[in-house]
Amino acid sequence: MQFHKYDVVIIGAGGAGMRAAIESGQRARTAVLTKLYPTRSHTGAAQGGMCAALANVEEDNWEWHTFDTIKGGDYLVDQDAAEIMAKEAIDAVLDLEKMGLPFNRTPEGKIDQRRFGGHTRNHGEAAVRRACYAADRTGHMILQTLYQNCVKHGIEFFNEFYVLDICLTETENGPVCTGAVAYELATGEIHVFQAKSVVFATGGFGKVFKTTSNAHTLTGDGMGIVFRKGLPLEDMEFYQFHPTGLAGLGILLTEGARGEGAILRNASGERFMERYAPTIKDLAPRDIVARSMALEVLEGRGAGPNKDYVLLDCTHLGAEVLESKLPDITEFARTYLAVDPVHEPVPVYPTAHYAMGGIPTNVHGEVLRDNDNVVPGLYAAGECACVSVHGANRLGTNSLLDINVFGRRAGIAAAEYALSRDEHVELPENPAAAVEAQVALALSEHGQERVADIRTELQATMDANASVYRTEDTLKQALHDVQALKERYAHISVQDKGKRFNTDLLEAVELGFLLELAEVLVVGALARKESRGGHAREDYPNRDDTNFMRHSMFYKQGEGLAADIRLDYKPVTFTRYKPMERKY
Amino acid sequence: MTATAETTAGSRGSQPPVPDGAVTVTVKIRRFNPEFDDEPRWDSFDIPALPSDRVLNLLHYIKWYVDGTLTFRRSCAHGICGSDAMRINGVNRLACKVLLKDLLQKGDKQTTITIEPIKGLPVNKDLLVDMEPFFEAFRAVKPYLVTYGNEPTRERIQSVADRERFDDTTKCILCACCTTSCPVYWTEGSYFGPAAIVNAHRFIFDSRDEGAEERLDILNDIDGVWRCRTTFNCTDACPRGIQVTKAIQEVKRALLFKRV
Repeated sequence: MQFHKYDVVIIGAGGAGMRAAIESGQRARTAVLTKLYPTRSHTGAAQGGMCAALANVEEDNWEWHTFDTIKGGDYLVDQDAAEIMAKEAIDAVLDLEKMGLPFNRTPEGKIDQRRFGGHTRNHGEAAVRRACYAADRTGHMILQTLYQNCVKHGIEFFNEFYVLDICLTETENGPVCTGAVAYELATGEIHVFQAKSVVFATGGFGKVFKTTSNAHTLTGDGMGIVFRKGLPLEDMEFYQFHPTGLAGLGILLTEGARGEGAILRNASGERFMERYAPTIKDLAPRDIVARSMALEVLEGRGAGPNKDYVLLDCTHLGAEVLESKLPDITEFARTYLAVDPVHEPVPVYPTAHYAMGGIPTNVHGEVLRDNDNVVPGLYAAGECACVSVHGANRLGTNSLLDINVFGRRAGIAAAEYALSRDEHVELPENPAAAVEAQVALALSEHGQERVADIRTELQATMDANASVYRTEDTLKQALHDVQALKERYAHISVQDKGKRFNTDLLEAVELGFLLELAEVLVVGALARKESRGGHAREDYPNRDDTNFMRHSMFYKQGEGLAADIRLDYKPVTFTRYKPMERKY
Repeated sequence: MTATAETTAGSRGSQPPVPDGAVTVTVKIRRFNPEFDDEPRWDSFDIPALPSDRVLNLLHYIKWYVDGTLTFRRSCAHGICGSDAMRINGVNRLACKVLLKDLLQKGDKQTTITIEPIKGLPVNKDLLVDMEPFFEAFRAVKPYLVTYGNEPTRERIQSVADRERFDDTTKCILCACCTTSCPVYWTEGSYFGPAAIVNAHRFIFDSRDEGAEERLDILNDIDGVWRCRTTFNCTDACPRGIQVTKAIQEVKRALLFKRV
């Protein structure tokens, strides 16, 4: 075992982690731990843009952005947090530009802006040009720019260090975070990092689903670690399905395509979004478009030999717009489906994309241990966190915004907290013991279950029973399946027994987190007997503000993978927007 | 080269059902785990695969159902993260961007796909190499915007044409396909390599940047751009379609004529 001591430890090197590191690293001694290499994180796959009311191309203001975010989230958004995000969005974009991000430009040389789903002028009048972008590579440019600036500031990275636990020390005022425990992939060695503050920026858990835009490595590690510590997770039933995944593959095609004028059509060529969202049509928020697409297919109007997808028609945009503003998605369609968007419409279907829920935090990124108290020294930002700025459905581009605004805030808060403490709080006794036991158990001989089989079955049941539309019956089926898979997980076999780059072991550990989080998602979806944002219950088709205008809070009860889940609730923060019916 | 070692499929239990339309292909992989092996070897796996599968799917099939010790990096699986650069049939490619249908032999001939780690970086295990020397070269060229004086309150103004000037080199995903396809890099690991020069180019030709001279000084070094022998391997290898050799030539020209 190796021991390290830092002021701040950041876990994850995607957008949120590196944005936090740039702030923290200039103030306090900071280490960034990532299970990948810094530029491999999935921020790089984001495409369309990052919204901010710069008003570079038409009238706009951050108050409209706040309203759109709240309405887009079906009023489950904490309004104080949404206000902060929309207000700070402007500086967040300008900061990135000053760091070197190569945004597309207007003819006057200012940052160009494009339309995006759910972003409107004057509270829903019409779509507004708010998304700042770099072709359809905005996430790639953000990830590269942030890494470049980490290089500039000499940020210290521990690459391919897989964090498996955090250290909580009990004090008279409750638990305090004192460090993290990592497994070094290169050597199999365990490392204990003592720290005054720890920031989780570990991303989402899209791999609970089969059809997903998420990377193989998005397995909810940070959320899983926090949950296993007895700390809550918030709003986990709200999972976003992005409307335009490449059919059958799930690879993302940006909403920016529709922002540039692309149109969704059913088998007969009808622009069906006119029926579902008469005002902003194809630029309705993602939950509405995804449900509309699923309905078109369910009612027999799907395209293709099996009528199981719809078509994204970009042909009228012309080769020049596609090559200059949407080059990557054009190439994805050509490479993976052999379809040329210049000449023919692209088969698309909703793909599991984004977790609205996650580790509950306040607007400083401090992690909550219950509705009222924080865990001193513990922070979270980005997709793994739930502030909540996305409520029941995130608007497109608001995730790139979230990682920049709240990554920055968490980085500053973590560093300032660390600087305000003279001494490190003592670590708990044997901080590495749990991780050592976990690794030893995974490598021991205790069964013949294959990780890939369990993961495949998990993803199949989640796709079939807990995706765009849900019912009591499908969710009960999913719960039954996930619990049975958890039992089988106790008998998994890891074939690679070595210490060197044991990715077989890594996948086994990741599957444990996926199973845990899938169950939380399903339990939450069963309990929420209403439809709101990304959570659509066929048996409860309406929003129920009387009973469910509240955040879900999930707590793990007891040890072991099969432990119970306790469900509690947290009030939504309102400032000035009263819940209204959500029409577009 | 060492002798081919045949590994029998099925050491990880029964195989999953074979999908309709699958063909059997042979995947021949260069294996080496310094923890247990004295020297590298070749393992061959006969596995079912669909023509629409990516080579990455084939590697996953082997890892998940045949041999769990097979080791490689991957993440996004659609050519954006840059994790899975490897030598496929002798050329550097991302495993997630090569489809089996483009590798299949015509007629009834058995298809064999040969996969090796990228060359020029130390092999850590199987297809996984030590990326540190590569990232070290990247960090050495000051790959970030250098400016002096006060920052503007709003964004810096940049014309559409000035933005276009360096667009090609902003696409780099640091996968190392280019650098590890370069014969100069294979023999002289001290050469910065194409990827580092591409990333220097990205800033040298950015109208907002004021660090061109510092970077050009670095690249004028004995291990800098003059090592390039314009073999175009790098341009052929780039999964993002960057005109790598052209970018290197533009940096050379900037050095010769002292202007960008």
